Amino acid sequence: MTDQLTRRQLLERAAVGGAAITFPGILAACGSSGSKASGGTTSVEQKLAKTLNFSNWTLYIDVDNKTKSHPSLDAFKKKTGTDVNYVEDINDNASFFGKIQGPLSRGQSINRDIIVLTDNDRYLGLMLRKGWAEKLDKAAIPNIKNLAPVQRHPNFDPNRDYTLPWQSGMTGIAYNDTLTDPVLNVTDLLENPKLKGKITVLNSMGDAMTIVMLANGDDPTKVTDKAWNDAFNRIKKAVDNKQIRQFTGNDYAPPLARGDLAAAMSWSGDIAQIGNKHIHWNVPTQGGALWTDNMLIPKGGNVYTASVYMNYVYDPKVQGLMEAGDPKRNITGIYYIPPVIGAKAWALKFNPAIANNPLIFPSSETLSKVKIFDNAALNNQKYLTQWQNLISG
Amino acid sequence: MNVFHRHQGATPYLLLLPGVLFLSVFFVVPLGFLAYQSLESGNIDFGYAFTWQWSNYWDAIQNYRGEFIRSIEYAAIATFFALVASYPVAYWIAFRGGRWKNLLLLFIVAPFFVTYLIRTLAWETILSDHGFVVRTLQTLHLLGSNGRLLATGTAVVAGITYNFLPFMALPLYVSLEQIDARMIEAAEDLYASKWHAFWRVTFPLSLPGVVAGTLLTFIPAAGDFINAQLLGGPQNHMIGNVIQSKFLELTDYPAAAAMSFILMAGILVFVFLYARLVGTEQLTGTAA
Repeated sequence: MTDQLTRRQLLERAAVGGAAITFPGILAACGSSGSKASGGTTSVEQKLAKTLNFSNWTLYIDVDNKTKSHPSLDAFKKKTGTDVNYVEDINDNASFFGKIQGPLSRGQSINRDIIVLTDNDRYLGLMLRKGWAEKLDKAAIPNIKNLAPVQRHPNFDPNRDYTLPWQSGMTGIAYNDTLTDPVLNVTDLLENPKLKGKITVLNSMGDAMTIVMLANGDDPTKVTDKAWNDAFNRIKKAVDNKQIRQFTGNDYAPPLARGDLAAAMSWSGDIAQIGNKHIHWNVPTQGGALWTDNMLIPKGGNVYTASVYMNYVYDPKVQGLMEAGDPKRNITGIYYIPPVIGAKAWALKFNPAIANNPLIFPSSETLSKVKIFDNAALNNQKYLTQWQNLISG
Repeated sequence: MNVFHRHQGATPYLLLLPGVLFLSVFFVVPLGFLAYQSLESGNIDFGYAFTWQWSNYWDAIQNYRGEFIRSIEYAAIATFFALVASYPVAYWIAFRGGRWKNLLLLFIVAPFFVTYLIRTLAWETILSDHGFVVRTLQTLHLLGSNGRLLATGTAVVAGITYNFLPFMALPLYVSLEQIDARMIEAAEDLYASKWHAFWRVTFPLSLPGVVAGTLLTFIPAAGDFINAQLLGGPQNHMIGNVIQSKFLELTDYPAAAAMSFILMAGILVFVFLYARLVGTEQLTGTAA
């Protein structure tokens, strides 16, 4: 805030949206972020901003356990001079979308340069369809060549013009071995009376339905009404007879560690991160879900700076450290599934135990057991309403 | 009438101006927008259009009657417990607090220095299945050996009671503090027992505080969703959770707006009945 507010800046901010000079506008002009509101220039400015505003999910980046700082972000600052304002304010796709859709629909900036949304929820596709994402500056991302081939042509963004994967993960079942025998399948989770009131199910429809449909012997990649109804009724029954204690985002972790929960439908990386030897995670015997979180630049974000950062994390060495951490330097990694070719070779140097962990660098056999939920079903209003009524009504 | 004569001219209106302006901009305008939205139809993909969609209201009442009733029920129980818990405290501070009054009041407000969310999350730890409270209740056989408090209605009501306690305690304190102690003495001089003096003198004089506290607790409690979300299970969701899910998860803004209006109307009806019951003087505090 020491920067002087120049007249030019003031006029610029005032002009945005054709509005009069507003107090928030003046505040934004004082900010050091350099991010621009939408409706600005179309050419990409090849100049790094002082600050990159990055919204991500909780527990989703490397952490130095002593200082609680993020070594990869510190290194990025050293390399480029850009400070990353890293905000862990995404707990689920819907709430985050709800927060940002107001300003975006009015053509205002949300003061973020990168946000991360999941492909097995409807909002990622919706952001692109609404035109609320900036096109990546691919000239600034030569490392895009390291993108895993399987990730190159997703149906929501066939040429990766707007999005790049941050991490992928698998959805399965975790259990606390001090409280229960191994919980390895959906039948146990939803129907074992010993676990009554001691389990949670994810509030993400794509995750929960994929797992239950696979358990029913149905195909979650091509959802039919019958498969939907069977899976839905199975979960509803478990709600009605109080087997399911709550529906959660990734807030199942503390109660699972504390022992309030015996088992939880959960994401692979969270459990690896908790590092509690009594908590085990597995892909259910009949299959689990696979999803990918994608970085994108919301309208008004600084395209060049964001692209430079994306290029940085697609450097295999950087990705290797972010992913696996480094026990010698007391750094914990992300422990999800990296989308970057060559990350494993570096991960092996930093932290062999993690690099050899099949949950983080899964075998092709494991990958054959996890499925991606039907994109059409994600946007089916009837399914969505039914699901929301179940989890919040 | 003197009052009006003395303040003839523009002065009273000028004094009203800031408040009226503020409320118009930040309350009336959004409320109008919400009303407009509640009669729209459509969805986020293709946009919303104003179509006088009254069915948003009927659908909401039909589909979520249970949640509406549960909200009123939880809020009423929590308000009752907040009253019972804070009356003695407010009484004690008002009459026996002495020079510690301000410090004691600070203690009541102290939890407000911590975020609402964190305060509620703390209850997750307090009521944990293996925590002190649950184990004690199990030892006393008030709770079965497999019983729990988290993810139950009890936990939700407890959380609401705790979170809104200061809204009850402070108005109670203010009205109790204003009571002239000589009136109670007079009652006792006239051979009223302590109990009688309390019921016939102290309590009626504190009614404005009771009414204000009840409303300040009940109204936000009925619309609360954080407590039900964190401390309740799928069976304990309140209307606030449904509205939140309609707004944020389903982006069904018209339905959410309609529900907000129904909740508002429900609360207004409650306040109206309450006012009739205890008398409007108490509601506006003019009796004190």
